[in-house]
Amino acid sequence: MDELRATVDTIFRQESGRIIASLIRLSRSFDLAEEAMQDAFAAALAHWSTTGVPANPSAWITAVAQHKLIDYARREQTRRNHQDQLRYETKDATLDAQAESEMSCEDDRLRLIFTCCHPALNEDAQIALTLRTLGGLTTTEIARAFLLPESTLAQRLVRAKRKIQQARIPYVVPASGALPERLCAVQAVLYLIFNEGYSASSGDNLIRRELCIEAIRLARTLCELVPAVPENEGLLALMLLHDSRRETRVNNNGELVILEEQDRTRWDKAEIEEGLDLTKRALSRHDPGPYQLQAAIAAVHAESATSGQTDWRQVAALYKELMIRQPSATVFLNHAVAVAMSGGVEQGLDLVDGLGASGALDSYHLYYAARADLLRRLSRREEALIAYRRALSLTANAVERRYLRRRMNELGATHNAI
Amino acid sequence: MLLQLPGYTEVRMRYMMLIYSRESENVTADELEQIAAAHRTVMEDAARRGVFRAAEPLEPVATATTVRAQNGKVRLTDGPFAETKEQLAGYYILDCKDLDEALEWAARIPTGCQGEPGCVEVRPIREMRGPSANG
Repeated sequence: MDELRATVDTIFRQESGRIIASLIRLSRSFDLAEEAMQDAFAAALAHWSTTGVPANPSAWITAVAQHKLIDYARREQTRRNHQDQLRYETKDATLDAQAESEMSCEDDRLRLIFTCCHPALNEDAQIALTLRTLGGLTTTEIARAFLLPESTLAQRLVRAKRKIQQARIPYVVPASGALPERLCAVQAVLYLIFNEGYSASSGDNLIRRELCIEAIRLARTLCELVPAVPENEGLLALMLLHDSRRETRVNNNGELVILEEQDRTRWDKAEIEEGLDLTKRALSRHDPGPYQLQAAIAAVHAESATSGQTDWRQVAALYKELMIRQPSATVFLNHAVAVAMSGGVEQGLDLVDGLGASGALDSYHLYYAARADLLRRLSRREEALIAYRRALSLTANAVERRYLRRRMNELGATHNAI
Repeated sequence: MLLQLPGYTEVRMRYMMLIYSRESENVTADELEQIAAAHRTVMEDAARRGVFRAAEPLEPVATATTVRAQNGKVRLTDGPFAETKEQLAGYYILDCKDLDEALEWAARIPTGCQGEPGCVEVRPIREMRGPSANG
């Protein structure tokens, strides 16, 4: 029975996105689709314990779930007919389930992606809905991943589904005119999911890992469903290249290990290979965007056997391109650091100081951390310590704090000064 | 055979577009005419496509009276129910097939005068029960 449950769980994880996508199209309801799918999975567990797992389990579950939907519809129709004949049009709109299910289920998944990431829903809702319906994660799992009370997350999902239904957010792939913009929204949601899983902040590691896997899986799906879009490939490449360093980013003591000090022999080679291929393929389309550029930067690191061999000039040039398209403080800082690393530490520090001159970064811990690292490289110990201390006062992230403390200790900071 | 579930039929849905703008006292007659013309363009296009239900501008909030009836008592306040930078200035009601279509129309509705754009809130209209509801 445990073995069967594990099998069913695997099928759920792999197939639930596809199955629910077709059920939502048929029922026009997220809730009914979810209920039908859950019933069907429960039926599978009961049935297969005697009959064994069928050859095509996903088709079996879809068929059972479709019958559940028919049952719900009949029950609803009967109830309504008895209750209030005038209330609803009892339109004789019947669909042939068989013909419907033969329609491309790929299209269904794409519709579902665009509906879940519809810009009329707020970003938090988009993320929750995507993970719940396409990712098949439970409300409990999503809540744990985002360190939120389960009731908050459940409420968020209820509201999102209600808005889809009541405001009639369509279940369609956007027309070609609106497609690029809508695709950006989808990419942003997937990237946020990945980053949430990848960020080194505290929380349940297992669940965080799950978020990265899910984000990569969904990005892969997006590449399949909307092929030849360079930013889709760039996004997947970026995730894979970052994920390849996962095992080396934090040491056994839970301390952050910076890129320079990571054990590159432990980077995931399969992920790197796929990431590099995708980056090349995307860039060959000559339409670079932020994800491709970030993937290209990650690719430079992935291709350097040691940190000393890093082509920092190339990294700086890529950040310069990225600055044009994504002029954020983080990007500017990273550019300055790359310039510093390519030989001009003073020049890099000038850039960093230039950024901070306006005072806009006064409460941004990474600004002080970057400044501190450059001062340390220039052996300006006292100034470095002040900057590290400032950075420390501005972040609550335990992993980052440990890293900053270590650097301060290396510079010989006295303990009571920390 | 799968029965279509109620609540999501092919019937078009009415959306109300609430226009919020910054009121300005020194609008010239010319500018007012320009704004009106811009609205007429949208309304005529909506009518041509069979989408148009209604659209009307409102007099400025200075003309508003807010009424609160509670426990048999009526309390009047001079002014809108809430003082905000942008005020309800008018509305459209359009028949759309879904939110995407409604949002497309909303983006075309002029909201500002004198270079200060306002915004449009799009709300689906709840269909009331009864035989006349689908008229």
